[in-house]
Amino acid sequence: MKVMANVLVNTDWVAQHATDAGVRVVEVDVDTSSYDQGHVPGSAGWNWTTELCDTLVRDIVPAKKLEELLGKSGIDNKTTIVLYGDNNNWFAAWAFWQLKVYGHDDVRIMDGGRKKWLAEGRDLTTDKASFTATTYKAGAPDLSLRAFLPEVQQAVAGKKAALVDVRSPQEFSGEILAPPGLPETCQRGGHIPGAKSIPWGKNCNDDGTFKSFDELKALYAEKGIMGDQPVIAYCRIGERSSLTWFAMKYLLGFDNVKNYDGSWTEWGNLVGAAVEKP
Amino acid sequence: MKPEDYSRRQQELAGWAVTIETYKLGEVYHCTIANVDPGARFARADGTTKEEAESRAIEKATRYLAQTRKFEV
Repeated sequence: MKVMANVLVNTDWVAQHATDAGVRVVEVDVDTSSYDQGHVPGSAGWNWTTELCDTLVRDIVPAKKLEELLGKSGIDNKTTIVLYGDNNNWFAAWAFWQLKVYGHDDVRIMDGGRKKWLAEGRDLTTDKASFTATTYKAGAPDLSLRAFLPEVQQAVAGKKAALVDVRSPQEFSGEILAPPGLPETCQRGGHIPGAKSIPWGKNCNDDGTFKSFDELKALYAEKGIMGDQPVIAYCRIGERSSLTWFAMKYLLGFDNVKNYDGSWTEWGNLVGAAVEKP
Repeated sequence: MKPEDYSRRQQELAGWAVTIETYKLGEVYHCTIANVDPGARFARADGTTKEEAESRAIEKATRYLAQTRKFEV
């Protein structure tokens, strides 16, 4: 296991380095209008619903589209990308995961995200930053970071990988089909058979920052997740599980962790798929 | 600009625990509402006063929350 020391930066660091050459801060939110309500000066804003996915087929962002997005954001292959966003960095982690899939070397997350930046009363601007376009070359996708349905089915059948469901306990149990206030996007409630419930929020402190190594280690160990076997994390559409994937892979140093971005919107709509309820 | 008049509180709306976050930036108050569990933002509104922004966001949130069904498990 190898814990990565430089994947988190704090709000002080961002305040000091947001406009440094070679650094690009990017806001990615669940609520895609948040960037317009004020953002870190000098930051770019990415829309996960249009810019971080394939809008024709259900898939992560295609390589060419990512290259265009990064290029117009003034990011080249050596840029330090610092991501932050609302909901304790849900979609910042989603962007982090995709950037790692395509091999970007230096990606970091601002610990505490938009919540902490706001709570600290730090500078915001509504001015949209402009950048000198660059050329970016995406790497071949690293599929060791991503789980597809057949692998999850094999994990269920063969118990060769631990499944971690990061949704709320009420979603896990099937009491609700979607987080309160959001549209239902599945036909059945419950969870993938054998999955352990470790809600994403347990990774974080009240101020939005990640818990310490020891706290995270204890959190996962309590459910038998020690990093000695493959782990697949899932949620509803793959963004909350990106955050858990980030915590397990980069803060705990688990070697074999995958994000199942098909998540419950795939499994919970699949004809004939086994569903477990407590 | 720095955000002013920042507040963050939890309360119950339509039977669900939510977090209401409001701040003023320039002349505009921004309010967002998230469910406490799992913590997703699902309603927001702006206003010229804190009360206006919050009442608009609460109205939307209440409407959305009313559509959330609970199933027996």
